[in-house]
Amino acid sequence: MEWADLVSGVLAAAIPMAVPLLLVGLGEMFDQRAGMFNLGAEGIMMMGAFVAFFIDLKLQTPWLGLLAALLVGAAFGLLMGLVCVTFRSPQGIAGIGIYMLGWGLSGTLFRVYVGGPTPIQGIASLNLSSLRGVPYVGSVLAVLNPMDYAAFFLIPLSGWLLFKTAWGLKARAVGTTPRAADTLGIGVSRVRYQCVVLGGAMAGLAGAYLSVCQAKMFADNITAGRGFIAVALVYFGRWSPWGVAVGAAIFSLAVAAQRLIQFYGAKFPYELALVIPYVLVIVVLACSRNRDKSEPTALGKPYYREYRG
Amino acid sequence: MKKTYVIYNIAVVLVALLIALLIGAALFAVAGGNPITAYKVMLTEPLRGAFGVTETLVRAAPLMLVGVGVAVSFRSGILNIGGEGQILMGAVSGAFIGLSLPGLPKFLLVPLIFLAAFAGGALWGGIAGWLRAYLGVNEILSTVMLNYIAIQLYTYLLRAPLIDPQELAYGTGIPQTAQLTRNAWLERLIPGMRLHTGLIYAIIIAVLVYLLLWKTTLGYRMRVCGAEPLAARYAGMNVSRYLLLAMLLAGGLAGLAGAVELCGVHRRALEALSAGYGFSGIVVALFGGLHPLGIIPASALFGLLIVGADMMQRAVTIPAHIILAIQGLIILAVVSSALFITHRGIREKILGRFGWKEEVH
Repeated sequence: MEWADLVSGVLAAAIPMAVPLLLVGLGEMFDQRAGMFNLGAEGIMMMGAFVAFFIDLKLQTPWLGLLAALLVGAAFGLLMGLVCVTFRSPQGIAGIGIYMLGWGLSGTLFRVYVGGPTPIQGIASLNLSSLRGVPYVGSVLAVLNPMDYAAFFLIPLSGWLLFKTAWGLKARAVGTTPRAADTLGIGVSRVRYQCVVLGGAMAGLAGAYLSVCQAKMFADNITAGRGFIAVALVYFGRWSPWGVAVGAAIFSLAVAAQRLIQFYGAKFPYELALVIPYVLVIVVLACSRNRDKSEPTALGKPYYREYRG
Repeated sequence: MKKTYVIYNIAVVLVALLIALLIGAALFAVAGGNPITAYKVMLTEPLRGAFGVTETLVRAAPLMLVGVGVAVSFRSGILNIGGEGQILMGAVSGAFIGLSLPGLPKFLLVPLIFLAAFAGGALWGGIAGWLRAYLGVNEILSTVMLNYIAIQLYTYLLRAPLIDPQELAYGTGIPQTAQLTRNAWLERLIPGMRLHTGLIYAIIIAVLVYLLLWKTTLGYRMRVCGAEPLAARYAGMNVSRYLLLAMLLAGGLAGLAGAVELCGVHRRALEALSAGYGFSGIVVALFGGLHPLGIIPASALFGLLIVGADMMQRAVTIPAHIILAIQGLIILAVVSSALFITHRGIREKILGRFGWKEEVH
């Protein structure tokens, strides 16, 4: 029985860690597939987390909060599109601008309108007693958050959207050979805008998950780098939904296992233990550099319609 | 003809700044303050007295050092977002030297601390540079991750091995080192004010970096590797090595900013020593046109904004945190404005509206 306890313990810790990474990572995957490198995801997550938290606090309607976070995220995506598609700015540095804007604004609004740590109702976990019988994982699956199931469902949905629809083909074309896509009459800017808005909305939702489903409160810098980690996971996952999901799963399992080991006695300064996820990201990036055909070749490159060649 | 372009370029950047500040005004309104009063306090209050002016310059010194480092890295084709971590690693390395050699005379101790701080920052920047140059790891992601790692490492060092023995004796346990001995302090320039010689050192270093980048072969090669890496490789330059060098230098300069804060302002290493300079330095560098001589005035301007934001917080109860959002807007506006400067068609069109015609060659 001890093994079952260990497995369910690690899973119970890993799933809430993986879901926000999965949500923002899937969004970032659409961004990058279309050639848009959105480093602002971290800042957008913070905005989403704050907006959802605030609406739940004031109106006691967490689902409306999630919707608002989606919209705010989409608005930030639109801003990213304006700066990087219309004005063709370098995407890396523009993303840092979006990050600082989202961080500064969410922190300011929190200080002005809330002030200190305030708990909210949030979205409660389900209690599906019928799932309890499943060996090993039953006790975990039975008490997941509804948003967890939604996130799992989004993996095949994203795959279908990206690989099985005409729009997905357009998005991938725009990210690999924008010139050819343009020649075929695909509006490169238009598709890139759509992807960056979708990515922004997903980042907003991921932030909302942190405040409304997980912490059930808001704190400055609540995201703690998850937006950046998700960008790295997209590289690791080779720009495919299942790849991103596997990346998020491995990453969360590793971190959860490490925490559990630490909990059961291993003496280690906790600041140094907190470093492990970030070191892991760097290792992951160093290992996933080998080029293959899935990499969007126009990633990070602004498209100049009027230039030749 | 060239003069028109210079005026045009400056006008474009100023319009971009104005747009950023206008959107910023909307943020002030959302945060429940009067934007006009807020801006008035922020931009004029620090200039009303010696305290505000000297504090502005105190902030300018680290901003200048980080900004110049960011300019070196950007010009060499690598984006250094890791200023925060590099400042902390520089400060903690400097503090370690300062605490272990307290009896050394000043003319030895201060340079040693600065050297150690440069090395600490350079190590942190160099990791990202090496990962990018030889393993192809995106430097933005690696520097961001190294920021998070540095913060934890720094806190750990201040909490355990380097903690002030008095904090342990009294049981208060504030994570900070003991105060450095007087031989490690930078002189204050005006009695009663915090302004210290670090500003002068920062200006000298900025000018040196300008000379390095624009007046030496090494600097030329670094800029070529940034502007046209393929051409640089074709010309026989080892692009990877110059990328690594640029990050070592950028990290080292941020480390020096840590030393300036350590020896000039706090006289000990304490929590939140980096105070956001790592990110603000990016804004300063972009606003200063990625040129050391533009960064010197830009750092004073952003020093003013940071001090002004603190004063505004007291005057109109908008949190000073909002300055982060304003800086984000300034980044977005400045990078967006580049299109109007580099794109010839757009430039001629706008200048044409003002009745200006391109000379025919």
